Amino acid sequence: MIWGVLQFPGSCDERDALHACSLLGEARMIWHEERDLGSADAVVVPGGFSYGDYLRAGAIARFSPAMEAVAEFAAAGGPVLGICNGFQVLCEAGLLPGALLRNEDLRFVCRQVELIGSGEERLSIPAKHGEGRYWAPEEMLDELEAGGQVAYRYAPGHNPNGSARDIAGVRNESGNVLGLMPHPEHAVDPLTGSTDGLKVFEALAGARV
Amino acid sequence: MAKARVLIRPKEGILDPQGKAVERALPALGFEGVEHVRVGRMVELEAEDPERLSELCEKLLANPLIEDYEIQTL
Repeated sequence: MIWGVLQFPGSCDERDALHACSLLGEARMIWHEERDLGSADAVVVPGGFSYGDYLRAGAIARFSPAMEAVAEFAAAGGPVLGICNGFQVLCEAGLLPGALLRNEDLRFVCRQVELIGSGEERLSIPAKHGEGRYWAPEEMLDELEAGGQVAYRYAPGHNPNGSARDIAGVRNESGNVLGLMPHPEHAVDPLTGSTDGLKVFEALAGARV
Repeated sequence: MAKARVLIRPKEGILDPQGKAVERALPALGFEGVEHVRVGRMVELEAEDPERLSELCEKLLANPLIEDYEIQTL
């Protein structure tokens, strides 16, 4: 399996994402000006501060040539994982529902959080962000829950940012695009305390529709 | 070129922690009786075709899901 990891000016987690992907297959970096995703079977939009997060986090990155290619790839059923800033980019691009707002208490959070995935699977992975408060209108939240689109929630007591209904990650309607605020790519080696992050990449690998 | 100013604010009902932080800081500075502070942003620009400004706002300057915008042509 070939993984493509996007790199924008201002990305900062693309190296860890590349490393995480390389544990599961072949991993290649894709510069934001590339219009061609090569032969990637799955794409990761990594964390960081793409284009300086000017205007709104993710607002400029969505217009990059690489993101145009990602939108087409996703529409054709290709698996796409957006992490942190990547999640913000996917929401801005309309590939995922909702938006990420400034943390409720205005503080940048940086700590290990417990997540609950589908089937009550629990993951321990780090979160680090200043704008990670997931928000969507109430009726949209109801639809996401009813349609099984809430991929990860913060475990009770672990919501670090005031996200609506403790939502940490969502997927699109067809299930091949996944975004989450915490960082699975930082939790792939026992050296850093947890390898639970790999489960997120593995789940996405099987998400082609 | 037409000069314009675009005001962008968080939608009503969406928690604005920046506004809250400003509001909470005011009494300490002796400014009592200020409430409902909301912090948004303002974009100044010059456009050849002002007719297209709302499209530009919808696509880039504002995120219509979470923000309202107001175009003032000057």
